[in-house]
Amino acid sequence: MENAIELRGVTKTFGLITANKNVSMDIRRGEILALLGENGSGKTTLMNMLGGIYFPDRGEIFVKGKQVEITSPKDSYHLGIGMVHQHFKLVDVFTAAENIALGLEEKGRFNLNAVKAKARDICDRYGFDLNLDQKVYNMSVSQKQTLEIVKVLYRGADILILDEPTAVLTPQETDKLFAVIRNMRADDKSVVIITHKLKEVLEISDRVTILRKGEVIGTVNTKEATESSLTEMMVGEKVELNINRIPPVNPKKRIEVKHLTIVDEQNVRVLEDVSFDVMGGEIFGIAGISGNGQKELLEAIAGLQKCEPDSSIKYFAGEKADQEMNLLGMTPKAIRDMGIGMAFVPEDRLGMGLVGSMDMVDNMMLKTYDNGRGIVVDRSIPRRRAEMIRKKLGVVTPGLSTPVSRLSGGNVQKVLVGRELASNPTVLMTAYAVRGLDINTSYTIYNLLNDEKKKGVAVIYVGEELDVLLELCDRILVLCGGRVNGILDARKTTKEEVGLLMTNLQERRQA
Amino acid sequence: MKEPLIRIIKRQQPPLLNKILIRVIAIVLALVVDAVFIYGVTGLNPLAVYGVMFKGTFANAMRFSWALRDLVTLLAIGVALAPAFKMKFWNIGAEGQVLIGGLATAIVMVNCGNSLPTPILLIVMCIASVVAGGIWGLVPAIFKARFNTNETLFTLMMNYVAISLVSAATNIMRGQASSLGKLNMATKAGWFPKLWGQTYNINILVVAILAVVMFLYLKYTKHGYEIAVVGESENTARYAGINVTKVRIRTMIISGAICGLTGFLIVGGRDQTISTSTAGGNGFTAIIVAWLAKFNTAYMALIAFLLTFLSKGAAEIASTYALNDFASDIISGIILFFILGSEFFINYTLVFRKSRKEAAK
Repeated sequence: MENAIELRGVTKTFGLITANKNVSMDIRRGEILALLGENGSGKTTLMNMLGGIYFPDRGEIFVKGKQVEITSPKDSYHLGIGMVHQHFKLVDVFTAAENIALGLEEKGRFNLNAVKAKARDICDRYGFDLNLDQKVYNMSVSQKQTLEIVKVLYRGADILILDEPTAVLTPQETDKLFAVIRNMRADDKSVVIITHKLKEVLEISDRVTILRKGEVIGTVNTKEATESSLTEMMVGEKVELNINRIPPVNPKKRIEVKHLTIVDEQNVRVLEDVSFDVMGGEIFGIAGISGNGQKELLEAIAGLQKCEPDSSIKYFAGEKADQEMNLLGMTPKAIRDMGIGMAFVPEDRLGMGLVGSMDMVDNMMLKTYDNGRGIVVDRSIPRRRAEMIRKKLGVVTPGLSTPVSRLSGGNVQKVLVGRELASNPTVLMTAYAVRGLDINTSYTIYNLLNDEKKKGVAVIYVGEELDVLLELCDRILVLCGGRVNGILDARKTTKEEVGLLMTNLQERRQA
Repeated sequence: MKEPLIRIIKRQQPPLLNKILIRVIAIVLALVVDAVFIYGVTGLNPLAVYGVMFKGTFANAMRFSWALRDLVTLLAIGVALAPAFKMKFWNIGAEGQVLIGGLATAIVMVNCGNSLPTPILLIVMCIASVVAGGIWGLVPAIFKARFNTNETLFTLMMNYVAISLVSAATNIMRGQASSLGKLNMATKAGWFPKLWGQTYNINILVVAILAVVMFLYLKYTKHGYEIAVVGESENTARYAGINVTKVRIRTMIISGAICGLTGFLIVGGRDQTISTSTAGGNGFTAIIVAWLAKFNTAYMALIAFLLTFLSKGAAEIASTYALNDFASDIISGIILFFILGSEFFINYTLVFRKSRKEAAK
């Protein structure tokens, strides 16, 4: 079979960091190739060199047998390579057709109808569901992605590179995307999918190329691979991929949210009439497409959001959880002063949870710096705590006085989670706690959450990977458009059911 | 493969020795380039010119004390800006805060000079200046908290308000006289006494204490910690339970108050008069001082010294050789350019493309 693309000895460095080292790989015609690797293994950098975003330091690239130099995205287009980035590059106020027409180099008068006709043709051929007259700002994430793919096909791409295409999709949307990808393969196009999700690799790809720390570890035929064999190649060692879920221990109501409504600065109702309880000793999952009110919900409980007047957030203290305390309208400091141990791992680690320019010690005292009398801060306890977290969680850092922004994403998260757990909380809220982390660190975090659950802590886990939510949580609340679209028993529900609730808002039941 | 000729790479934390070495090289290079300029344009002996430049600060005890006096003025304002800048509150209104502090001092001097005993007079002058400067810092902070106004524009405009007030007040105070002259010339009321036989020692001492206290305040106190967190990220500060508005207002009062105090030191300890040029642009130069020192007051002293040394040296060259000011400014400008440029080489290193043969290996 002819190779669409061959890479030979490609190396790319950024400063002292080597993102790709001596990478050689092939992309065949008419195949779906999965490029698998953990975060930071150099998958995107490698593909960006095909997309004309980066230029390799060393090495050779052959497209359809000819050696080429790709110095810009334009070169890439001319070679028939189309890349769909993780962050879409669309003009919001344009329609789908206008976005497709943007930047075309066709001679003669601009004719939007001709563009539409050709685009319509592409949609029909591969089975894309796209309204060409819809404005981008009215589109869902999945529609935007479809548009991006049609856009590159329109430009005649026969080699498609999709960067983490399923990261933002529900299970149903993923199925639709995969069907379209298979149609493209049938049309003799090559498709590269950058991903770190094993299940999808096994489902869709013909071959898998695995990257680890910027180097190619190997290429295998998907038929011969299993989840554990791929993980082992990706991580470099055997990994136990089990989450040990125990039944909730002695559950008692700790948090009660009733009729929570939040209106943001643009006057949009980001949360509407949200009500639920969280027990101590359970992991309460929150699912939903990102941006459906998860962030605001956690921030409201933590005392960082302004809520509408008829909302109510209560905390129940004490061994029997019978002392009712109001949390609505409290500041984080006021909640602390009430003696409530509320730990919160926000989504934005360095922009909210930690101070990037400060070292581990100073970050340890973010919530405790004003303890004790006098005007001078006491760094001795934070220093001991930092040392303990570094040892216990295996934080890789040159030293306690290194600014945390210099640490890798996984280590930053360990520092943040470590600090929050060290405060002995009774409520623990985490938002996308494993985003960007490698498999080992992710499972470390899951285990830590389970330990907290065993201690009787009420754990709220906002997650994006449904597989994990189903394995880790006891109950799952699905948010859709800022409303509660169902609270499910995680042991009984399915991925499909959760996926459906994430996108289709149920008719509101009459109270 | 085409490879760029030069690539810029960020250094990991460079060792101290490296940093010193790079700076020394920068100064040597600056002197060499300057020598070419001096000889090429003026035909003078560069070494002789450097000698004269050195004399600008070190010719004799009096020169040195003048240099110190100017240095501490600059340093005091730099110290005042440090907490605001660390909080990423761009206070560029130091000029006005100094002026208004100086004006308050002058008004107390003129009106109470004959009625209060010296120690009490000095204390009242000091309090008046601190309050006036503090208010000048407080106003933009309140507007920022209330209406989210841009502090850079706001503090800048407050400068012009202060200048106008000073110019109105001096017009009233001088009455029929052609100029204001020294205040309380006859009684010398409110003039700083000599300390250890030196005119400016009080100024130097006060600023030295200020610098040390500010260093400790920023590094070791809860307030300093709050300032650092707010400066890094407002969201993190709210997450930590810090009252951002309170910290901003408190810090701007401190910043303005120290500027006001600097006005007191200038009027009482240096000029014994007030005019629109009392601050003399130091409020702006101090921004450079604070930035270059990355808000560390110990480095600020070094930077303030460097700037003072260069400007005194330039003036000395100009008068000794009857050069025009521009020529001497170029000489000191080149030195400053190289020193600032060396910062780039401390943080980054250049990698040149390897020759084809080497790459083939």
